[in-house]
Formats: sequence, C-alpha cells, structure tokens
Amino acid sequence: MAHLKKILFGLIGASMLAPAANAAEEVNVYSYRQEFLVKPLFDAFTKETGIKVNVVFSDKGLIERVQAEGDNSPADLIFTVDIGKLNDAVDAGVTQPVTSPTLEENIPANFRHPDGLWYGMTTRARIIYASKDRVKPGEITSYEDLADPKWKGRLCTRSGKHVYNVALIASMIAHHGKDEAEAWLSKVKDNLARKPQGNDRAQVKAIKEGECDIAVGNHYYYGKMLHDEKQKPWADSVYLVFPNQENRGTHVNISGVSMTKSAPNKANALKLMEFLSGAGQTLYAEQNFEYPVNPTVEWLPEVKSWGEFKSDTLSLAEVAELRKEAIMMVDRVGYND
Amino acid sequence: MDEAFSAHSVIDEARPVRHSGGGPWLLAAFALAALVVAPIAALVWIAFNPAENIWPHLFSTVLGTYLSSTLILMTGVGVSVVLVGTGTAWLVVSCRFPGRRFFEWALLLPLAVPAYVIAYTYTDLLEFAGPVQTGLRAVFGWETKRDYWFPDIRTMGGAIAMISLVLYPYVYAMARAAFLEQSVCVLEVSRTLGSTAWRAFFTVALPLARPAIVVGLTLALMETLNDFGTVDYFAVRTLTRGVFDTWFFMGNPGGAAQIALVMLVFVIGLIWIERSSRARQRFHHTSTHVRALPGYRLTGAKRAGAILACALPILLGFVVPASVLGYYAYEYFEQSWTADFLHYAENSLKLSLISAVATVAAAVLLGYAVRLNPGRGVRFASRLASVGYAIPGAVLAIGILIPAGALDNAIDAFSREQFGFPTGLLLSGTTTALVFAYMVRFMAISFGAVEAGLGKVTPNMDLAARALGHGPFATLRKVHLPLIRGSLLTAIVLVFVDTMKELPATLVLRPFNFQTLATYVYQYASDELLEQCALAALAIVAAGILPVIVLSRAISASRPGHRQSV
Repeated sequence: MAHLKKILFGLIGASMLAPAANAAEEVNVYSYRQEFLVKPLFDAFTKETGIKVNVVFSDKGLIERVQAEGDNSPADLIFTVDIGKLNDAVDAGVTQPVTSPTLEENIPANFRHPDGLWYGMTTRARIIYASKDRVKPGEITSYEDLADPKWKGRLCTRSGKHVYNVALIASMIAHHGKDEAEAWLSKVKDNLARKPQGNDRAQVKAIKEGECDIAVGNHYYYGKMLHDEKQKPWADSVYLVFPNQENRGTHVNISGVSMTKSAPNKANALKLMEFLSGAGQTLYAEQNFEYPVNPTVEWLPEVKSWGEFKSDTLSLAEVAELRKEAIMMVDRVGYND
Repeated sequence: MDEAFSAHSVIDEARPVRHSGGGPWLLAAFALAALVVAPIAALVWIAFNPAENIWPHLFSTVLGTYLSSTLILMTGVGVSVVLVGTGTAWLVVSCRFPGRRFFEWALLLPLAVPAYVIAYTYTDLLEFAGPVQTGLRAVFGWETKRDYWFPDIRTMGGAIAMISLVLYPYVYAMARAAFLEQSVCVLEVSRTLGSTAWRAFFTVALPLARPAIVVGLTLALMETLNDFGTVDYFAVRTLTRGVFDTWFFMGNPGGAAQIALVMLVFVIGLIWIERSSRARQRFHHTSTHVRALPGYRLTGAKRAGAILACALPILLGFVVPASVLGYYAYEYFEQSWTADFLHYAENSLKLSLISAVATVAAAVLLGYAVRLNPGRGVRFASRLASVGYAIPGAVLAIGILIPAGALDNAIDAFSREQFGFPTGLLLSGTTTALVFAYMVRFMAISFGAVEAGLGKVTPNMDLAARALGHGPFATLRKVHLPLIRGSLLTAIVLVFVDTMKELPATLVLRPFNFQTLATYVYQYASDELLEQCALAALAIVAAGILPVIVLSRAISASRPGHRQSV
C-alpha cells in the first residue's frame, strides 16, 4: 500500500511538471486544422529557422481557451479551416493586427483582413461532384441548378450546418437576397436523396454506390480520395464541376491564421506566418490539394489538371457576417430533418 | 412495497445516526464539491449572458425534433441497458451453466469500446460497400441499392443499438456487484419460504439491487445525453446537437449553455423521481454470511438460452468491433506502428490511472462525509458534484477553462504585485487540468458506486467501531473501505476505462504537443480514415480489457462468503 502510494504521488508529481512551452526559440499554435495536415509544414519551418512549433489541435473550443487564459495565454497563432472561425476569433477580441510588407505582398487583399487581424493561407473551392455514368457534362453548371426539380432524389450533401455549407449558403444570401436564397435552399432540400449525413467524402461514396447522382463538396477531397487505395474507386466514379463559371464564379473559402492579442512569441509567430505565405505555400497546398493564396506560387500539376476556374470575388468578411442568418435558414427549411 | 418482500428482507427505517467528529470531513467535502461544481457554475454564469434569446428560433424550428429524438434515444437506450445488464448479471450470479465464469468478466468487455469507434466499425461493416451487403449482392445477384432492402445503420435504431451495446456494462457491473453483495440469507430465506427462482429474483434480489441498477442506468443515460460523436455520425439530432449548433456555429454560448442546463435539469429530474419513489427505505445487510451462493443449475433449453443471452452482447459489443479493428490494424500496421504510438499509449495509461484513483478518492471523501453528517446541505452538494457527467464533454471543457483561467490569472496578478514575478498559467494547459476535467466528468460514476457500496454497510458497524475508540478516519480505513472494496474497484476501473476513451474535453484542454490514443484516433476517424488509426483504437480497447478482468475477479473476491476456487 505504502509502495503504491509512492508510485501514485510520483505520477501525480510528474503530471504537474507537464511540458511548459516557454523556452526561447519557439512558437505556439492552437489549430482547428488537423495536426497531421499542419505537422509537415511546421517541421519544414523548424528545419529552416530552428524555431520549434508547439501545437494543440482541437476542432472546438480553442478560441474560448485563448479567452479564458487571458493575457497569460501561451498561444501565438490560431489556425482555422474556414472564414467563420477567423471571424469568431476577431469577434472574441483575441486577435491583434499584424502588418508585414511580406504578408501584404504575398496575400491578395480579398484573402486578408483589412487591418491584418487574419490572413488566408490557402483557398478551397466548394464544387459539385457529378456521376460519370448518370450525369451528362453540362447538365449542371451552377449552385442555382441544385434547386432544379430534375435532381429530385438525386442530390447528397453533408449537414446543412457544417461550416462549408453555411459559407456557401451565406454567399447565396449575399448574391440573391434572403428570400430568394431561402426559396433556393428549400428546393435544394427537396432534392436530397437522403438525410444529410457524413462528411464530403461520404457524399462522393454515395454517388459511387448509386444512392445519388450529384453531391456538393470541397475540391481537395478529390485528391485525397485518389490517393487512398480504398477511396480511389469513389473518386473514379465522378467528375468535377466548378459552378457558376459563366457568371460570378465558384464559391471559395479559406484556411487562415490569426495572431493572438497576447502572443508571447510575436517575432517567431510573424516568421511562421511569412514562411507559410511564401516558401511554405507549395507545401501547405500540397498537404491537402488546396490552392495557394499567393498568386505567384504555381499550382500542383495534379491540382491544375482538375481544371482552372474563376472564383467568386465576394468579400469573405461579408460571408462571415451572413453566417448566422444562413444557419437559421437551415433550421427554417428543415434542411437536416 | 409488497408484504412478502418486507417479510424476508432487512429494512432499517431509522435515519443513520449523526456521528461526532465529522466536522473536518464536512468542510473538506464542501470544499471539494465547490471545486468540482465550479465549471458548472461557470456554465450557469454563461447561460445568464446569452448573445440573444435562442428559444423563439428553436421553438419555431428544430426544438420539436431535438426533444423527440432525445426522448426516443434515451428511452431506447434505457430499456435496452436495463434488460441486458440486469438480466445477464442475474444469470451469471445466480445460475450455473457452461461458460458462466468466462461470461462473468467478458460481459464487461464492450465497456472498453468507445461509442464512436463501435459506430464507425459497424458502419464500415453494414454500409453498401461493406462486406455484408457486398456479400449479399454477390449471392443474390443484386446490383444497386434499389434492388433490395437493407436496414440503414445510420438511423435512430442504429444509434440506440450502438450506444446500448457499449453502455449496458454499467448496469451489468453495478447489478452484479449488488447481487454478489447481497447476503446469502435473504435469498435462502426466500427459497425456504417456497419462492421459485424467478420469484426470488423479482421480489427479493431485484428490489435489493435496485439502487445499484439505477446508478448504472443513470450513468448510461447521462452518457447517452452527453454523447455527440455517435449521434452526429448517425445524423440523429438530439438536444446535444442543439447545444453544439448554438455555441459553435451560431456563436451564442449563452443560448447553448441554457440548452445544456435544461438537459441537466432533465437528468436531475429523472434521478429525483427515482429517489423519491424509493422514499426513505434503506437496506443494510445484517450479516455477511460466509458461504458460497448455491446457484440454480440450468439444463436443456434454459441452459442454451442463458448461454445465448450472455454470448450475444459480448459478440456484438466486443468481438465484432474488435475484429474489424484488428483486421485494419493488421492491414495498416506499418502506417500505424510508430515510435509516437507507444508514447500516446503511455500518456493515456498514466492519465487514466491517476484520474481513476483521484476521482475515486474524492468520491470516498464525499460519500463518507455524507454518511458522517447526513444533513441536506452536504447531500445536495455531493449530488451537484455528480452532474458534470450529463454535460457534453466539449461544453464541460469550456466550463473548466473559465474558472481555471480565472484562478491562474488571479494567482499571477497576486504574485506580480506581491513578489514582482509572474507565475503564468499554473493550471491551464497542463495535465493537472486534464485530471481535474476527468474528475469533474466522471465523479458521477465513482460517487454512485461508492454511495451504493456505503449504503449497504449498516450504521451499526460505524457505531461499533466508534464505540471501540476509533476516530472517523480509522473507522473508514479499517471498516468501510475493506467492506466496500468491490464497489471501489468497480469505480476505479469504470473511471479508468472512461478516461481512456474520453475525447472532447481532452481535445480542448490538453497541453501542447500532447496526444492520447483517443485524440490520435479521432483526427483520423473523423475523416473516415478508420483504417489508419485502427491500431490505436484497438489499443484503447485492449487497455480496457486487463482492468476489466482484474475488476471482475476483485468483485467476486469481495463478495461475502466467496471462496477462492481454483
């Protein structure tokens, strides 16, 4: 018993000495983006600069964590996977403006906050996946077409409240106004082949299995599926449609970075941001088949082969603002029921 | 209360006696309860400051769906876990049939499988592209989904089945411990009075075990209510969904906290109804009669039925998911077996062990303080300390962030002012904060088990020990702890296994560069890449097996009259 006690106290003692991240050359990241996707980037950064990158990944609650930790928060940077979370961070008052000639040169103005409260690092297109066997090329060309009754029982999407769909719906509200957008969403709902479920890949899989003929999803899942032995057949059963090429262009979202107000390693954090917007762009995009925000960086040949496209230039700040309206609209039309 | 029952059970209607010398215990208990309740208080505080009133929107849109699916899910899970858990527990304790000794511990195994993992594995098996449907198509020559009907796993029924399969062990563990701790006397008396096996079960064993079964059921229902992973994956929209939507998508933490608190009131209501229906009956055993239970020898169809009833939950809740994981782990072994893997496993094991011991120690403190000072105040405080389990993990984690951050910053400010140096964050972002989170989350499990155990020790024992000159602490150590050893071990193992599986709070609260097996599994599984993390998922399951076996032996050994049979 006494022995056991010793071990336990030893363990508890050891747990108190948890890795405290405050040595000199490092930068601390709270990431909404999966760790295995950002890790290779951070390794490359460390290799080049000698600065260590510490990470906490969680898909929820990190902004709340920075808020609760207050002025003493160890976090320097917040990484997110869509515009909504960047906006939340700004609203929560946990970000600080960053001005850097390098960042401003590398990142086009529509992909960064006017005061430098966030910077986009990659873009991702919300596209339509169509069955090679059952959908003729040109049969669907726009988001508006998703509401066409000819797709009744043939459309699959993930939850209407997922951030990617919410951003798309918000962009529809911005372009068509609330009433028209709601009528559209309601008709889209009527076309659903099944209750929204699973992630974007699961929708493509459903096309392969014949449950539906078209699906909405982020473009990079195509690459991820092509490079997975089990999922390749799913990707092989579809082709990509970049919507609205004849008018405003395809809706794109960003993954991005914000510097926290309390950042203890400000200089290193800035270095990491600049690295990601420059030398790190190719690697960043490569990890996930995304598009670099830096226009001077070449797309991956494979990503290029899926097609170049015109993207919607609607300000992402406006999309972020309409997000709540979009979510309430999803509830109102009973999209997920 | 029927007459037959009260005739051959021991009912002590007297209130437990207030003992002297409980003051420090009371104080410690209140302090501990305050600490554990702080995160919930933080949520209440958030609830009073909503960004806007969320209810009109909810009422006019999705509230009906949320409420009805929550009720259906809870009813379905509740009925299933009580039937399976109590039924199998009674079979293995009171009947004799081949395999009984194996089933005794194996019935606990599904507990080691996280609900989100069992959901993923069954979906992999039963979906259109899975081996089952592919096989059927090959046999019958069907081609598309439109050619035949197959039950869809991603439905309410599927969710009830998945959740019940991994949660019935709570009821099983509690009910079995209760059946085992029942003095042989009451059962023998009931037999000599001519009760049949069934009658003895329904009129004696079941009512006596009711508090324990209810503890198990309550745990299962709270876990169901706080589950997000499974219902999200199966697109079942419960109130938890509403909490998440409102908080994380609509940016209205106040509104979300309000929904979470409504859920909490719901659970407290359930517990209260159960408790008041038991009113003031208390059952203590007057004897720890030393003899093995005789057991009903089963033959023929009954024997086959008993074997099937015990084998099926194990097969579906453990063997099937573990085999799927095992197959993937084998296929993807090279991708999964990394140096990091062992490190994550070590993190998980250490955290779970420390949390289990700390949580149970805290529960003993609370439970014993209530026993020493059976006043309303401390009783209420101890109940309140148990509600953390019904709150979705991610939400509870945010409730923890707030007091932890406030405390850290207060200490830092004080230290800067008084001593001129910053202390920074002492608690936030450390493994200590994680252990605290697990304690808040799993207090219900350990407190429930401890309370059920203590409740069965007659107050005469306390009086005797105290009369013989022992203080409250010595009495606890020499009398109570040995007597409730089985319940304590049950509690430790349940918290251990639950901590191994815990995900949402770990994600939000963990230190930098810190992975547990559960967080590692999640980042792949959430992307439907189960294969790549199957080894880690299997490790979570495996880590749960050993303590489950230890637990089962300890419970058997703790039974009054147990003879170590070789």
